Amino acid sequence: MTPAAAVSLAAGHPGFLSPTGVEIAFLLVGLVTFGAALVTVTTRQLVHAALWLVVALGGLAVEYLLLTAEFIAWVQVLIYVGSVVVLLLFGLMLTKAPIGRSPDADSGNRWAALTVAVAAAVALVWVVVDAFRTTWIDLNGPAAGSTHVTGESLFRTWVLPFEALSVLLLAALVGAIVLSRKATADTASGGTAPVEAPPTAPGEKEGAR
Amino acid sequence: MNGALDVALRLLVVFVVFLTFPLIVGQTEHKVMAHMQGRLGPMYAGGFHGWAQLIADGVKFAQKEDVVPAGADRRVFQLAPAVALLPYLLVLLAIPIGPSAGAVGQVLDAGVFFVLAVMGVGVLGSLMAGWASANKFSLLGGLRTAAQLLAYELPMLLAAASVAMAAGTVSLPGILHAFHWWWVPWQIVGAVVFFVAGLAELQRPPFDMPVADSEIIFGAYTEYTGLRFALFLLAEYAGIVVLCGLTTVLFLGGWHGPWGHDGLGWLWTLLKTAILAFLVIWLRVTYPRLREDQLQKLSWTLLVPLSLAQIALTGIVKVVIS
Repeated sequence: MTPAAAVSLAAGHPGFLSPTGVEIAFLLVGLVTFGAALVTVTTRQLVHAALWLVVALGGLAVEYLLLTAEFIAWVQVLIYVGSVVVLLLFGLMLTKAPIGRSPDADSGNRWAALTVAVAAAVALVWVVVDAFRTTWIDLNGPAAGSTHVTGESLFRTWVLPFEALSVLLLAALVGAIVLSRKATADTASGGTAPVEAPPTAPGEKEGAR
Repeated sequence: MNGALDVALRLLVVFVVFLTFPLIVGQTEHKVMAHMQGRLGPMYAGGFHGWAQLIADGVKFAQKEDVVPAGADRRVFQLAPAVALLPYLLVLLAIPIGPSAGAVGQVLDAGVFFVLAVMGVGVLGSLMAGWASANKFSLLGGLRTAAQLLAYELPMLLAAASVAMAAGTVSLPGILHAFHWWWVPWQIVGAVVFFVAGLAELQRPPFDMPVADSEIIFGAYTEYTGLRFALFLLAEYAGIVVLCGLTTVLFLGGWHGPWGHDGLGWLWTLLKTAILAFLVIWLRVTYPRLREDQLQKLSWTLLVPLSLAQIALTGIVKVVIS
């Protein structure tokens, strides 16, 4: 969304044959990110998968940084590495996370998942390529993704999608609370030991993340 | 060439601060705790009031054998201390100590987000250690660490967001340039929430449930020995320095003081940071450990509403004065 405001249409189009240092770094980090993502979905060790996910998400943050989108990069680290992965590890530790390989960490849906993933990737790449065909981000000018620029485009141009998304998150939050409440009421009415409220408290807000 | 030298010098200064300040806080903790409990504390190492005690400790740690448990996940186990320690080094780069452009390691456009994001990454080190140790106490410690982070990161972020709203910028030097003295009473609730949530994120008493020694030995660090264990301890004290520095910068006006904030601004920053570090130690000696459910309750039912109220207050005042 931000590049649309800040990208300049370069008249003399930069070619692919004389890459700059930033472009080479971008490509290398991209390869590392892709490799980490592949290991994440293929490794048989559950916690290792979560840790490789950290590498993949961190690589994405570095890509944002290389495109001068500093704000987006730090938010990526804050939310995905700092919260989502911690939540994932928390869930793994709470349920089952053996050291070494998990032989049952496989799924019969392998091919269906691959199809969905490829379809989603094709759709996303198609949309991005179609939207930004010949535009080129000027990395030497003023930062195109600074907090100021991002905030302006978010709250001037894209307010409606932003607010719609926040309503969606609110719905998820309320849904999580409803689900956890219902479970508590059922156990309590079943006459078993009363379930304390505090343990469910973190789960309620996690939907918002 | 001059630019490269400048960068190298800044990195060197930040690195030296990173190596010395946590040790100073640690030594202060030894002495302050001792005197508060009617003891003397370390008295022999180095001669004068045991000033070299932590250096002696470091030498001792370096000599110990580095044990990796047989059932452990070797690579993750060995990587964990670095993941716990390095984020604090990166955060120190972004904290400004004086008003001039040379008094900060690196000016970042989105400094507040950078420091909070990177501090959150440090907790991954404890989680990795807790899981990879192949020890049930370590795993319990890791679980408690994760639950604590999830509970306390939200109020911490909201409190920091309140200051960013007040200043109209998310850059740390920018926030300090916009500071006025009446911000202290205006943002005081946010400051308390931020400091308490930060203590919980660092797992300092009274929020040290994840390392509760009487229940789970030493939590995620139970299986660690020698240098790797020392690195975890160093991370804790570096965390204290970072938290106190951040609270100073965000809520107490950093280099601003009654006088002399042109040449001696850095002294004000250090003084405020030192007072907060003393407070951290004082809290450790004073309060008993919170139970796990009390810990969660404090965050979700007290700190989160308080920080939301602070944001509302900031918004109202901001609209009124503009």
